[in-house]
Amino acid sequence: MNTETQHKVTCYHCGENCDNTLIHIQDKKFCCDGCKMVYEILSQNNLCTYYDLNENPGLSQKIKFRENKFAFLDDETIQQKLIQFKDNNQTNVTFYLPQMHCSSCLWLLENLHKINKGVVTTKVNFTKKEVFIVFNNNETSLRKVVETLTTIGYEPHISLEEFDSKKVKVINKTRLYKLGIAGFCFANIMMMSFPEYFSLNSYIEQNIHTFLKYFIVLLSLPVFFFCATEFYSIAWKGLVNKHLNIDAPIALAIFITFGRSLYEIFTNTGSGYLDSMSGIVFFMLLGRILQDKTYASISFDRDYKSFFPIAVNVIKENKSIPTSIDQVKTGDVIQIFSNELIPLDAILSKGKAEIDYSFVTGESIPQSKEIGEIIYAGGKQMGGVLELVVVKEISQSYLTNLWNKDVFKHKKENTDSFIHLLANNFTFIVLTIAGIAAVYWYQHAEYKLMWNTLTTVLIVACPCALLLSSTFTNGNILRILSQNKLYLRHPDVIEKISNINHLVFDKTGTLTQNKEIQVSFSNEQLTETQKIEIASLLTQSSHPLSKAIVEYLNVSCLTEIQNFKTIAGSGVEGWIDDKHYKIGSKEFVYGIPSVDEKSAAVFIKIDSVVIGEFKLRNSYRFGFKQLMQQLVSKFPISVISGDNDAEKHYLQTILQNKSEVIFNQKPDEKLSYVEYLQNIQHKKVMMIGDGLNDAGALKQSDVGIAITENINNFTPGCDGILDAAQFPNLFKFIQFAKNGKKIILATFMLSVIYNIIGLYFAIQGTLSPLIAAILMPSSTITIILITYGLSELSAWKIGLLKNDKSHKSQ
Amino acid sequence: MSVIIILLIVSVCIAAGFLLAFLWSVNDGQFEDEFSAANRILFDDTILNNKPTK
Repeated sequence: MNTETQHKVTCYHCGENCDNTLIHIQDKKFCCDGCKMVYEILSQNNLCTYYDLNENPGLSQKIKFRENKFAFLDDETIQQKLIQFKDNNQTNVTFYLPQMHCSSCLWLLENLHKINKGVVTTKVNFTKKEVFIVFNNNETSLRKVVETLTTIGYEPHISLEEFDSKKVKVINKTRLYKLGIAGFCFANIMMMSFPEYFSLNSYIEQNIHTFLKYFIVLLSLPVFFFCATEFYSIAWKGLVNKHLNIDAPIALAIFITFGRSLYEIFTNTGSGYLDSMSGIVFFMLLGRILQDKTYASISFDRDYKSFFPIAVNVIKENKSIPTSIDQVKTGDVIQIFSNELIPLDAILSKGKAEIDYSFVTGESIPQSKEIGEIIYAGGKQMGGVLELVVVKEISQSYLTNLWNKDVFKHKKENTDSFIHLLANNFTFIVLTIAGIAAVYWYQHAEYKLMWNTLTTVLIVACPCALLLSSTFTNGNILRILSQNKLYLRHPDVIEKISNINHLVFDKTGTLTQNKEIQVSFSNEQLTETQKIEIASLLTQSSHPLSKAIVEYLNVSCLTEIQNFKTIAGSGVEGWIDDKHYKIGSKEFVYGIPSVDEKSAAVFIKIDSVVIGEFKLRNSYRFGFKQLMQQLVSKFPISVISGDNDAEKHYLQTILQNKSEVIFNQKPDEKLSYVEYLQNIQHKKVMMIGDGLNDAGALKQSDVGIAITENINNFTPGCDGILDAAQFPNLFKFIQFAKNGKKIILATFMLSVIYNIIGLYFAIQGTLSPLIAAILMPSSTITIILITYGLSELSAWKIGLLKNDKSHKSQ
Repeated sequence: MSVIIILLIVSVCIAAGFLLAFLWSVNDGQFEDEFSAANRILFDDTILNNKPTK
């Protein structure tokens, strides 16, 4: 595509808009030097196929990494924790690269050896977003490999978590083995049973008949002793905990079917129901696999550790030494560079701090801190280099303490799903019927028939249909939700969502968005020349507030400035046409220390007159008003915020009087508010939050949903992760989950009808293997089709069905 | 008629072959990453001259 004919010029590397067309190589435009540099590296190494595979595959390189950022990787002990294997020649290491997103990434990473000659081989696991690298120790080093990756835009995620314990993700393959074997045995047993179904026994020779019978027994052994074992173990665990789950009646049915079939076959009294048994095991396994499909690249159990750096520069005797975080002691002086996270509670001793606490509170407008102020761990420095004196070691910092609360220690109790309850009632009724029928036949002295009835009733009426309908419905709902970018931790969460009756929202970062800053000017209109002049000054500054104001002013041309000065953390000043401009914080402009303000503001002074101030605040998410109107009619809502109450009035008018709006809440107050709703008001609470300060409340709530702009970003521990762009659909998701429960109930009713037909034959003692063999697959298949159809239909009705399936992100 | 027994055994053996292929592929991790392998095959041949060692 020719970029010049397009109205908007996009960066050849990352696809971002670039109005500045100064940076280019021939006809290829770049938005920043970083992107251009990546292109240069790739073209030098003949790797431009990267750009042919996908259009603008790169990631913006506006934030450069500083030279010694990875110096800590030269440290032997840190290396030891990261690498998997090392000998005299080679080192094996696996990195997590969250930036990986397309086939170009895959191609480039597997060609890493062309850029760094020391790399022997790289292998990408795309689903896990991991790359396995083998490199030659004599030609390159761990640090150089990481630097190579970073220069081409794939900075490995190296965090404290990996440092503490190497997590080994074991994917459970056993279930897939079981499924394969069950499918094999089921299909072959069915085939061998064909003569039986069509009563061809009289036509075939006796020895063939005998052979078929024993062959079927042989094939059923792996199903009974291997494939079905998980039903036994879950049932047993339930029984040990004095709790009947759905697996208990299923295990019972499998045992009785198997026992009775063996009895019939070896006594020559019949041919058993081994085909039905292996079929049902196969379908139940299939349902469970669909339901428990996990998202390999999403983690729901993150804590602060996965986002803290593993090393920090400590200044000792005028030298900065990379030190691993757990070695840093109270009183050490640490050095923090621009765009780095402050990992320990510390007092600022040098430099101007501009701290972005969005990681902790969701508030992305940076706060400035003065020398001598304490800065809590979790803030990100947006300004220049800082020096800080550590006041607390990592194990005692504020954030760490937040995590050591009781809520995080024990897992959420698994409240009983209605499916188990339903299954148990169902089994109880079936057992009663079996008992009555048996008593009836006993009184008629038909003892053989009595045993026959007792066993066949149990065979035909096990609640497998219920298990099938719930697993297949949940599986499909999870799939549809994940297409809509709501990722749930576990299928049980669907049912929990359908039961909630109170919603709690965090404000900053959840209801408001981080990226867009809403700007308003306090006084009357600015003149056009004033706008141009203010914009000219502010374009020189890289502060996020300046950028937001320039965007708000939206001017077409800029003028010349003389004597421009930036005072880090305060503001800018300069001369334009004999006018002296001073733009910045209240303190900077008025010259008096500022008192606490409710929202961020930038003041403008021309010569000696302050003409007004720009007020900045995070704007509410797109679709916020509409969503609230939908929700408010169905649920009571609480908005709970760590902020001051500047927005209270606005929120209350939108939420009407059914809701509660609470401000100035600390993380543990949020937690206890959720607890109060649960214990005193007996509410089922859904908490929607984003930052670390919501982590406690998310964990305490019945359903905790974390909102994130990017699925691979930080999210606190939760039950579900929602992509911020899908926030307006939240109400639809709740409706959909509620429909899921109805679908399960509907298909369960259907299976009851099948069971009545089966029981009709069973209590008369005339359930032949043929009837069983027809009933079983037909009920299974109709149930699967109906659950699938109904859940698709309901998704379509609610408007969650996507037409384009190209955006399958996971 | 007894030839049917031989036929049955042969057919089950063939099916068992497919079962083994499935188990092998599961064990090999084919179902863990569906994206990489599917895309890797589309790249030019010059790229994959290095075999991963483990």
